[in-house]
Amino acid sequence: MTSRRAFLKASGALVIRFALGPRLALAQDRPAALPGSLNANRLLDAWLSIAPNGTVTIFTGKIELGQGIATALSQIAADELDLEPTRIEVVTGDTARTPNEGHTAGSLSVEHSGTALRFACAEAREILLSAAAAKLGVPAAELSVKDGTVTGPRGTHLTYGDLVRDVDFKREATARVKPKPPSEHRWVGTSLARRDIPKKFTGGAAYVQDVRLPGMVFGRVVRPPSPGARLTSVDEAAVRRLPGVVAVVRDGSFLAVAALREEQAIRARDALKQSAKWEETAALPPSGDALYRQLMSSPLPAQTVAEKTTATAAAPVKTLDALYTRPYQCHGSLGPSCAVAQWQERTLTVWTHSQGVFPLRADLAKAFGIEPGHIRCIHLEGAGCYGHNGADDVALDAALLARATDGRPVKLQWMRDDEFMWEPYGSAMAMRLSGGLDAEGNVVAWTHELWSHPHSTRPGSSAGVNLLAARHLARPFPPVPPADVPQPSGGSDRNAIPLYDFPNVRVVKHYLPEAPLRTSALRTLGGYANVFALESFVDELAAAGGADPVEFRLRHLKDSRARAVVEAAAQRAGWRPHAKGDGVRGRGIAFAKYKNLAAYCAMAADVEVERQSGRVSVTRVVAAVDAGQIVNPDGVINQIEGGIIQSTSWTLKEAVRFDRTRVTTRSWADYPIVRFTEAPEVEVVLLDRPDERFLGVGEGAQGPTAAAIANALANATGTRVRALPFTPERVRQAMAALTPP
Amino acid sequence: MASFTLRVNGESRTVSVESDTPLLYVLRNDLELNGPKFGCGLAQCGACTVLVDDKPVRSCVTPVASVAKGGITTIEGLGSVERLHPLQRAFIEEQACQCGYCGNGMVMSAKALLDRNPRPSEREIKAALNGHLCRCASHNRIVRAVQRAAQEMRP
Repeated sequence: MTSRRAFLKASGALVIRFALGPRLALAQDRPAALPGSLNANRLLDAWLSIAPNGTVTIFTGKIELGQGIATALSQIAADELDLEPTRIEVVTGDTARTPNEGHTAGSLSVEHSGTALRFACAEAREILLSAAAAKLGVPAAELSVKDGTVTGPRGTHLTYGDLVRDVDFKREATARVKPKPPSEHRWVGTSLARRDIPKKFTGGAAYVQDVRLPGMVFGRVVRPPSPGARLTSVDEAAVRRLPGVVAVVRDGSFLAVAALREEQAIRARDALKQSAKWEETAALPPSGDALYRQLMSSPLPAQTVAEKTTATAAAPVKTLDALYTRPYQCHGSLGPSCAVAQWQERTLTVWTHSQGVFPLRADLAKAFGIEPGHIRCIHLEGAGCYGHNGADDVALDAALLARATDGRPVKLQWMRDDEFMWEPYGSAMAMRLSGGLDAEGNVVAWTHELWSHPHSTRPGSSAGVNLLAARHLARPFPPVPPADVPQPSGGSDRNAIPLYDFPNVRVVKHYLPEAPLRTSALRTLGGYANVFALESFVDELAAAGGADPVEFRLRHLKDSRARAVVEAAAQRAGWRPHAKGDGVRGRGIAFAKYKNLAAYCAMAADVEVERQSGRVSVTRVVAAVDAGQIVNPDGVINQIEGGIIQSTSWTLKEAVRFDRTRVTTRSWADYPIVRFTEAPEVEVVLLDRPDERFLGVGEGAQGPTAAAIANALANATGTRVRALPFTPERVRQAMAALTPP
Repeated sequence: MASFTLRVNGESRTVSVESDTPLLYVLRNDLELNGPKFGCGLAQCGACTVLVDDKPVRSCVTPVASVAKGGITTIEGLGSVERLHPLQRAFIEEQACQCGYCGNGMVMSAKALLDRNPRPSEREIKAALNGHLCRCASHNRIVRAVQRAAQEMRP
């Protein structure tokens, strides 16, 4: 058996070949496109290996973050290889072992990695079968496979383990072996229990927070009190004398401490905070409506995202316009970001819950001025991140601190206030919509204009070092503003182009790369706010034309799969056309196809409004989802349920607080989220389409949830609330404005 | 530094720490128990919950000296992958998490609930867990898991 060491070496060599791939491709003929992530990682042995005991290890550059990807990928591999999933091990994001699949983001893991593994495993099975055929002296067509055992016509058999020496996966994938048809799937389409769950409920080592290494010390970081603050003085010597303190690192305005015990590191952090003097500037935007006025006063030129004109369309007889807003919002991971870093000689190892170990490695290499080959980033789960939180930043913090601990590994976890004050937020946004109806109440004109800061400032998204501490160093790496994520998936303009068949459409964005508060990817990027605005406005136009919201949507939707989810959600919810709310209770519907490329999702939400206080409760949500072929139905339901309840929280409660200098959201007391008694009942209807390709589902629910709640609130009270979140005060004011004095 | 002998999951464990050290760091770092998690350090989220004399306690703000006489139970003390406690089995069967970081606290508070009220209503379960935050929003699955465990544990 290959030793672990030799194995690691072999995969190390592969990594180098991946890096050469694109350059070779330019010099020679362009290789044929391969499906999913196979295209960029073309060797079969990048994706799987077989041990002599018959265990198959599959490698994915994607990472598990509680979305169940390791389980879903094992199901895909199990089907193509005719193997029980228990015989499959899954290795996720590790720069020394797995293919580079960039970030685990955008609901793309099954589409990218699942597709690659499906083709790689189908091809591997054929290679194994022809090796078995040669060994058994029978045609491959006469062989059958069950759970990794190949059986010949007279009962002779060989296991995959027996064939290890007869096959070589160190060859380019061809994708010429057709994966199995859905009718032959045994595992895909079943709710196989997730492999990451048992250890999470039994105290197993499940998270990066659980890493313990010999000689490991504990780190904490002392962040500036406000964005842009500069450290002018700090009594490092006094803190060095505190019990257990191993190292204090100050580099410009970066300040961190390591101690033998975790509580000692926390105490030393408090002491550093006490003695540190900072020079602060009032660089933050105003709050409230003024925030959006400032955002919308940007002198930057607008960019046209989409434009469609139909000269034959009727002129509008009725026009409407409305402004919708969304505040800065937090990821709010339950466990603050954490990393373990260790320097040995001049090489760095980082255990991280980053969503992209390869891009993180590239930015760390830039920050330390070393070759990426001298850094290994290994993914381990953290608390759910929902996008780009502090995971990458804390990796640089730990690595900077570990330079001062003489080779001892450092585990550094942020404190709660570090996470709330310094995670990159989901950008505040403003969306101005206008539209017109013809005499029949059909939409004949539609404009969506939006203002937003960046939605992806992850490592690797621009030429700079996109790690927080890099901007605080004495020789800083100033952030390089990234370009917006382009269409068709879009970033600030994600889901801003309506899927409805409107004859005249104009979508315009004002992308403001300089953000006063750091912003980055929060689940759906701009999709949440754009769908909230778009689907609210669809209801406003429907109401202006006296139409029922479901009928109005169906009238403007040609896409049959879109129509099917709208119809299914309405039917399951017991939608009654033209039903009016009773002042307290109401129902609303909304729809989106995530990114206009991924899962279709429609939902009906029921709300109850406490008129005295303005408090809105979402009592029930019924969703219908079409994610193409479904790998794991319960996994899809779990994602949609979670997305609905999380988005209910964003929509009813969440906004980052700040004054003109400091972020004032420091703890859960400043940032309430939905609790058990506030979570709606959720029902999910899956429209399985086994003959269709995978459609990403993890972020499908957030946008429609916001709009369905907004529409239900309008249905209940006759009041349209266009500013998120729907706090009691805001709703009360909106209702008061409606009621004649 | 002072020496404390703690009764954890039925075993006596002696640690030498400052008396105001939060119990959480003793459990995680000295006793190498992964169950209780650091979530906020402010007793706001519940991820660090353990039982002291069968009552749920936020270990992130509980000085070790204050529990030196009590019996401490962590999720490791309920059962293991091989021998699951009905609550652990129910959470696994209901697939009641995404990231699972809050799961420790949910299970421990549910244990305390079922100990004092073996047949809780849905409303009582939600009330018992309302001081626990779940950011992945697995709330409804968690409630179903507690209901399933209650069913199974019913005498």
